[in-house]
Amino acid sequence: MGARNVGAVVKRLEDPRLITGRGRYTDDIVLPGLLELAFVRSTEAHAGIKSIDLAAARALPGVVAVWTLADLGPAAQKPMVQSYPSPAIKQNITQHPLAKDEVCYVGEAIAVVVAENRYVAEDAAQLVAADYEPLPVVIDAREAVKPNAPQAHRGTQTNLAATVVWKFGDAAAAIAGAKHVFRETYFQHRGGPHSMEGRAVIAQHDRATDQLTLWSSTQSPFLVRRYLAQYLGREEAGIRVIAPDVGGGFGPKAGHYPEELVAALVAMKLGRPVKWAEDRREHFLTTTQQRDQWWEVEVACEPNGKVLGLRAKCTHDNGAYLPYGLLLPMTTVVPFPGAYAIPSVEVTLDVVFTNAVPNTPIRGAGRPNAAFILERTMDTVARNLKLDRAEVRRTNFVRKDQFPYETGARLPTGVTIQYDSGDYAGCLDMVMKSSGYAAFEQKRAQAAKEGRWIGLGLASYNEDTGLPPYEGATVKVLPSGRIAVELGSCSQGQGLETIAAQIAADQFDVDPQDVIVKTGDTAGPALALSTVGSRVASTAGPSVHVAASQVREKAIRLAAQQLEAAEQDLDITKGAVHIKGVLDRKVMLGDLAKRLVSGINVPLPPGFTPGLEATAYHTTQRPVYANGSNAAEVEVDIETGEVKLLNYWVAHDCGTLINPMLVEGQIVGGVVHGIGNALFEHMKYDRESGQPLTTNFGEYLLPLATEMPPIHCEHMETPSPVNPLGVKGAGEGGTIPGISCIVSAVEDALKPLGVKINEYPISPEQLLALIDEKRGGD
Amino acid sequence: MTDRRTIKLTVNGLRHEREVETRLTLGDFLRRGLGLTGTHLGCEHGVCGACTVHLDGEAVRSCILFAVQADGAKVTTVEGLAKPDGTLHPIQQAFRDHHGLQCGFCTPGMLMTLAALLAENAKPTEREVREAISGNICRCTGYQGIVAAALDAAKAVAKGA
Amino acid sequence: MKPAPFTYHDPRSVKELVALLGKHENTKLLAGGQSLGPMLNFRYVVPDHLIDLNRIPELAYVKPGNGTLEIGAMTRQRALERSDDIKRACPIMVEALGFVGHVQTRNRGTLGGSLAHLDPAAELPGICSLYDAILTVTGPKGARKVAMADWGVSFMTPNLKPNEVLTAITLQLWREPHGHAFVEMARRHGDFAIAGVGCLAALDSAGKAKRVALALIGVSHAPVRLAAAEKLLTGTDLGDDAIRSAAAKVDKLEALDDAHVSAAYRKRLAGVLLGRAVKQAAARARGATKGSAR
Repeated sequence: MGARNVGAVVKRLEDPRLITGRGRYTDDIVLPGLLELAFVRSTEAHAGIKSIDLAAARALPGVVAVWTLADLGPAAQKPMVQSYPSPAIKQNITQHPLAKDEVCYVGEAIAVVVAENRYVAEDAAQLVAADYEPLPVVIDAREAVKPNAPQAHRGTQTNLAATVVWKFGDAAAAIAGAKHVFRETYFQHRGGPHSMEGRAVIAQHDRATDQLTLWSSTQSPFLVRRYLAQYLGREEAGIRVIAPDVGGGFGPKAGHYPEELVAALVAMKLGRPVKWAEDRREHFLTTTQQRDQWWEVEVACEPNGKVLGLRAKCTHDNGAYLPYGLLLPMTTVVPFPGAYAIPSVEVTLDVVFTNAVPNTPIRGAGRPNAAFILERTMDTVARNLKLDRAEVRRTNFVRKDQFPYETGARLPTGVTIQYDSGDYAGCLDMVMKSSGYAAFEQKRAQAAKEGRWIGLGLASYNEDTGLPPYEGATVKVLPSGRIAVELGSCSQGQGLETIAAQIAADQFDVDPQDVIVKTGDTAGPALALSTVGSRVASTAGPSVHVAASQVREKAIRLAAQQLEAAEQDLDITKGAVHIKGVLDRKVMLGDLAKRLVSGINVPLPPGFTPGLEATAYHTTQRPVYANGSNAAEVEVDIETGEVKLLNYWVAHDCGTLINPMLVEGQIVGGVVHGIGNALFEHMKYDRESGQPLTTNFGEYLLPLATEMPPIHCEHMETPSPVNPLGVKGAGEGGTIPGISCIVSAVEDALKPLGVKINEYPISPEQLLALIDEKRGGD
Repeated sequence: MTDRRTIKLTVNGLRHEREVETRLTLGDFLRRGLGLTGTHLGCEHGVCGACTVHLDGEAVRSCILFAVQADGAKVTTVEGLAKPDGTLHPIQQAFRDHHGLQCGFCTPGMLMTLAALLAENAKPTEREVREAISGNICRCTGYQGIVAAALDAAKAVAKGA
Repeated sequence: MKPAPFTYHDPRSVKELVALLGKHENTKLLAGGQSLGPMLNFRYVVPDHLIDLNRIPELAYVKPGNGTLEIGAMTRQRALERSDDIKRACPIMVEALGFVGHVQTRNRGTLGGSLAHLDPAAELPGICSLYDAILTVTGPKGARKVAMADWGVSFMTPNLKPNEVLTAITLQLWREPHGHAFVEMARRHGDFAIAGVGCLAALDSAGKAKRVALALIGVSHAPVRLAAAEKLLTGTDLGDDAIRSAAAKVDKLEALDDAHVSAAYRKRLAGVLLGRAVKQAAARARGATKGSAR
């Protein structure tokens, strides 16, 4: 039977509970005897802790305990597990669950209060008095990496955590021998994730069974279980981690946090369940962020714009700790050469410690950063050689006939980088046509007559989605005949329940709305890793397909026995297995399921194992490559520096679309996220004191509905040959090129002045300063 | 001794009488005191709008109101939007039809803000819809599906649904 | 982010309120709560006593007078937006209210609260400044009047003693036909203004300005009446040359400077917005309806 739900707009299974207020987010969960936690957090960016006075806090009515690291037991005195160990890490510094004797960023937790409710817990937290010994503070990673720089950690000789090099071909030779070499520097600023639900965790320890259970607003229940087991020295079997409804993740919820560990330790020590729900201030101070990256880029090219080599040096601020290993730095360098067939690339990235919140991947991880460098570089080549920006891209794109394309790069694991499929120039063509690129100069001239400055930006990208190796799935037929799917993977809004239901439903011709889908529980039958990097649709999706196909095959094999027919003469219609063309000679799936669980002293049918169910893993060795192009039309107010977003176009190829409505939602959401990063979101720290300067939603600006342009999406479907559904990932396709596209558009609007924009976010004040520079002040 | 008051109020048509600490926010009262966890707290400083409820018919931020301020009032939360027989409010149905939500965390606040808009203005323009939800932050959808849902729901409301 | 404990009071009349004022130390008055609420949740302010003004109905009203409009301090911003009296007598207030926060905040926020909080970027104090408002302040010793020009003492500090409360705001309306315009620059809809200008302009039969009022918000700690600019513009045709000279006066002001926006940019913006406000007010004064200019 053909696919009917895959590819269709199917309304989401998640919606009925979420639109009626019946979602179950971690903070909604109530357990008998639940206590609440509040953390006492450092007000210093870098200090030694001389003493902490807990007496007043402990005396407050309603407070059950106030503890520092020393109180949490011998198992807790060591730093947290390194999530992504690597031999390239020179200084593997991770946080302790609570600070030991030193704090390295404002907000680092030094004590935990356990109380009847959050109000009392906060009252007690305020009564804790810490005596700090100030230590040198370093915020600017460029300063931190100089000789004799202030050390972000007491006792270290250098702030360098690692140097990552990504190299193929011979960029030095290309630069030495090229007709044209252009040099630019760029600055990509810090920003935060700001899922609307903050982090949250409930920990419960059952002393009778020694079972530790965590509900956590996480993207990675299986990884959290793994790291807890490693840290606590417990069996994974004695730990269960559940991701309930999660209100957005965007990356930072994929890691393992001190608060999860402290909650577990407190629950075990007290024998009572405890909850911690992050408030927005804590999110600003302690949820991991992204960027502050300084780049020096050299590009060598021919007179026709063909890029021969790219060499770049990046100083990357990783914040005070390295909880996520080198994942973020790697996702910054590995994307090179992006959508372009650049023969020689050399990117050197210094991973630097500073006294700010640690940085880990946020939507797109390092890919938007890499795309920014690649796209600005293409614009630089075009500008300097006076070539058309789109033509320069076309000259450099990987061509359709070059797939599968080996870039020449190789991962530390030895796996080569190979792009499986795509039509890069095709997507650019689509978006140029939709945005009216060819006629834009006329439009600009007309606008100029009216005193208006408009610009059109372009950006292209590709993305390694569906990172290997697996996300498993279990599909069952229940005695009632309904289909149930269980995934270890979990969603934070991407609609995983819906696409799993669509894929499973196609094997049994049932309504996806009737499929029961459970996700995100380590106690489930299928193993999983993490929902990051647009990987789940193309890993869990095919696993659902394979598991559902196996169940279908088993059902048909059993029905063939019962109906005394050949398997190839059977089909499944609306949950009934029947002889093709003869609907009334049938057996219901539910009955087949009951037959296969049998009963005492009732033999199973010959040749059959128990249960009408299957667990399957579609495993992959390589990511699958999605791609796209964006165009943006903007208007700049030359007197104030304000940018108005007029229109936005996306041409996107994520292979087979399981649910076009969900893909479009991801793209539009991603574009707006990119707009936020390009124009609005700037996480600021004071360079001297290390105090964060933007710690509320009035100071840190997220994109609102009123400033967003209409966003038009078009799709190209180049199915991936790599998995049975042909699916590629879609979650970051708007964010990765978004920043570049907007910056390119603003720069284009100011083309008559020759303004160059080499950093983001760009505020009206900064833009006005650039305009003034070119116009000689006002 | 904590400062406490007894309050009487109607929430989603049901009358409640409770003793509360005077500093308890309305949002926390609804979530903890009444178990109505549909209303969410996203920022607790009056910007994100996830906590939006109706107080005597008007959309307000429950994170910066105290429960004692709702004494004698009528409060409606997202749990009270649908009819008692389960028929969804047009805006709820429209959110489903137009993919107006992804993670769902901002959704109750969005729904309450838009329900209030549509009660006052059954024929909003797109600009009016966007201005109405400018006090609600969504990090997932990019707002486009929400706006489409609101304009669609307006048609149903205008018809008298 | 939960507030610290306090003792709550909810007086039902101005009389009861006044009796409470000055009785306790460390007291905060709760009006709309849209500014105070966040500060309480952040624990930036930790009052021992919180006096809720929301159950005093006699403090919410709009009363047209003889060339004046008296507004009770607890009148909701949303009520002002919808008031026929306001729309008729001072449409610039309705225009400015479109920039004030969001619907949810205007449903609770009040005129008096905005004036007492006195955020430099607040629009409503700017409107009050334009109309030379007289503020009525009530305390245990009775009521006193404060001219709007004397209202802002320093950064977020109005002319209010700890045992006093703002109870009424009287706008001195313009009798002559005039045009109005309120323009501001904010990063996003509803955000605090980086700078904003309100303008009222009346023209004589020859089309020259016979009376001009210009109030600037966001640049100083309180709204500034740009007296020098007003003087310069009076008698002119409010054209580009006049505007340029008037805008230059803005540069002489001392402006707020912080980590997010510099003083120089605020003043620069103020000059640009002054020109736009004057142009729009003049066009409206001429009875022309231009589309909303930039």
